[in-house]
Amino acid sequence: MTDVATEEVVEHAAENGAEHGAALAFHPLEQFKITRLFGEGPIEWYTPTNATLWMALAIVAILVVFVFGSKGRALIPGRLQSIGEMAYGFVYKMVEDVAGHDGAKFFPLIMTLFVFILTANMLGLLPGSFTPTSHIAVTAILGFGFFIFVTLLGFAKNGMHFLGLFWMSDAPLILRPIIAVIEVISYFVRPVSHSIRLAGNIMAGHAVMKVFAAFAPMILISTIGVVVTPVSVLAITAIYALEVLVAFIQAYVFTILACVYLKDALHPGH
Amino acid sequence: MEIAAAAAMGKFIGAGLAAIGSGASAIGVGNVAGNFLAGALRNPSAAGSQTATLFIGLAFAEALGIFSFLVALLLMFAV
Repeated sequence: MTDVATEEVVEHAAENGAEHGAALAFHPLEQFKITRLFGEGPIEWYTPTNATLWMALAIVAILVVFVFGSKGRALIPGRLQSIGEMAYGFVYKMVEDVAGHDGAKFFPLIMTLFVFILTANMLGLLPGSFTPTSHIAVTAILGFGFFIFVTLLGFAKNGMHFLGLFWMSDAPLILRPIIAVIEVISYFVRPVSHSIRLAGNIMAGHAVMKVFAAFAPMILISTIGVVVTPVSVLAITAIYALEVLVAFIQAYVFTILACVYLKDALHPGH
Repeated sequence: MEIAAAAAMGKFIGAGLAAIGSGASAIGVGNVAGNFLAGALRNPSAAGSQTATLFIGLAFAEALGIFSFLVALLLMFAV
């Protein structure tokens, strides 16, 4: 959601809350609002916001892990070096398995995607932080950017043979034009689902946590809180555990789908 | 009933109906995982190589549930 849309949402919800007289203690969608870091005024493309801060922190965290991890170059790795080697090996194996041996030269791109999304998701789990990947703006750039790159790569490597991606040679000849239309539509839906999947998962998880957090202070305002508060705190803990898993799984899924689209660009045709 | 009240009621009912889609995606995800489990118990040595396919299948099934959750959220808070 853009910052303008989010502001309207929050104002609208505040009005609704005032009208009905009983609003949630915390609004579940207010945590996604983009705010300036310093000063007042409108948000331009160059203002430091909480989104840019947390994206920069993700990059700093990645640099710390990988630069200091590979400094020692010990044959028997220590802890930080182990983490770096495990991440490298995991993503390299994924790229080679899915995209083939000539896909391995795109490993730096895929590794950057994976590590950035993983770190941004994980850092967003710190209390009081902001998750840049929960915004469709960030994930759409990642998804559409990768889609444009893969399409251009497919045409550069294969010329017009790239269109063989849509022409199913296993289907009967009558059906092939219809299937080609369906395949083209599903090809253009790929970046949409690629980006919405990540943004939706992260936003949904954080919004659910905020909804339970809104019920948690009930013990302060009514006696039913004796039951509601412990249940809410347990629910927040369970959802938090799920969110840690989702952070990793969504980074993995984004990356492996990126590898699948890369393979389609390098070796089109069924 | 005035337009504003009818719109508010429509919003809430629509959000509740959209949440049914999230339940439907849970059936789909369970389907994928269950079939993988059945196959893995029949052929454990081949199961390791298909974990990537499992996660891709889970992601597709879950993404559609997320779309319907998104519709519910949009109706509740952004309409």
